[in-house]
Amino acid sequence: MAQVIPSLSETISRFSAGCVGIALTLAVAGCAKAPTAGDVSDPAEGFNRKVFAFNVAVDKAVLQPASDVAGTGRGPILTGVHNFAANLDTPGDIVNNVLQGRLMRAARNTLRFGVNSTAGIGGLFDPSTALGLPAQETDFGETLYVWGVGEGNYQMLPIVGPSTERDTAGLIVDYAINPLRFAIKSPESDYVTGAKVIDKIGSRARHSDTVDSILYDSADPYAQARLLYLQNRHYTLGEAPSDESFEDPYAQ
Amino acid sequence: MHNNHSMMSRRRFAAGFALGSVALALPLPSLALTVDDAKDMIGKAVGEINTTIASGKSQTAMYGDFERIFSRYADVSTIARSALGVAAKKASAAQMASFTKAFQGYISRKYGARFREFIGGSIEVTDARPIKSYYEVISVAHLKGQAPFDLRWHVSDKSGRNLFFNIIIEGVNMLASERTEIGAMLDKRGGDIDALIGDLKNA
Repeated sequence: MAQVIPSLSETISRFSAGCVGIALTLAVAGCAKAPTAGDVSDPAEGFNRKVFAFNVAVDKAVLQPASDVAGTGRGPILTGVHNFAANLDTPGDIVNNVLQGRLMRAARNTLRFGVNSTAGIGGLFDPSTALGLPAQETDFGETLYVWGVGEGNYQMLPIVGPSTERDTAGLIVDYAINPLRFAIKSPESDYVTGAKVIDKIGSRARHSDTVDSILYDSADPYAQARLLYLQNRHYTLGEAPSDESFEDPYAQ
Repeated sequence: MHNNHSMMSRRRFAAGFALGSVALALPLPSLALTVDDAKDMIGKAVGEINTTIASGKSQTAMYGDFERIFSRYADVSTIARSALGVAAKKASAAQMASFTKAFQGYISRKYGARFREFIGGSIEVTDARPIKSYYEVISVAHLKGQAPFDLRWHVSDKSGRNLFFNIIIEGVNMLASERTEIGAMLDKRGGDIDALIGDLKNA
């Protein structure tokens, strides 16, 4: 259960530009809505379940077999690919840190990017973590949260996976504002996309037990994925759970 | 459970609304459990978990150890009732007893199968704080090849002993997750609790 967390958050990787069109439409529709607290707001559940079924089919046909080949996903090659892909997202993290007014984090991420890009040989290695500068990933969805934008409705995006209207809007903005997108031209940009796709497989492999148990062993995988994504997302955003959301089975 | 509720209502009645609100907001004075007790209790459970992880036993042997730790330190019947949700109110005492038993086996198998991920790792209790009528013990799990993650234990003595009734892993809480799961299984069985119990035994 524990390992589902990184896997779900890693699911929001940014390599899938294909769904941006659909996502944009949904996100724009959603940003105007009031924040939803506590209970799950999933009015498009019927549609979301269809997208989820598609994602599960993709997992079964592609990701699961590919991740079987990848073993634990923690070997030197996949770790290197992961470090490389994560390092390329760091400039975007810094932009978001600044937009959130978190300048210390922006400074730490800048240092991290500098160290990993040089001493870490273009980001293949992660010496920063050993030096006490662990990854502090963020995204524009979090920036929107900091700015007070409500979460909106739950969404299931093709390939990308669970999201909310706020996070989907963030995903699109992140794609647009990552400084490296302008710095890296073809064919290098293709290598970047390739690294991200491979990292997606590595991530699936790293969390295979968790993902398998949710997608294939659960009575209602859709409901489990939704619950896990939302609870964990609230946690990473640092949203203090309200008193009402605490479980007291002795009072029930 | 109804007892606690009515006790609380009477207290509120007697002491007036203002005092009653305080009684709701603060740990009740009658609660013998303290922050330190809760922390010690989880410390002990975690110590046993760490010993098992480090024992080098076979996975099957470890799985047995974890089931014993779970039944010793967790309020299994409360967790089971909460997972069953509203259906628990309709269930007979006999059904609840056999559901609880099936649930404990199901939980132990489900999470036991995952314990190999804990090999080479350890859990460290770092803090504890009161929340409403219970305590939250905060710990950090250090697993091999992974960034440390936040693991919280909710502890109460309402069962008559100090036991944990919920685990929250990076914001994801076990009670909610199992209620979703058991609810879905029950729906598939058209709300038939006996059929659900049969399913759990084989799940």
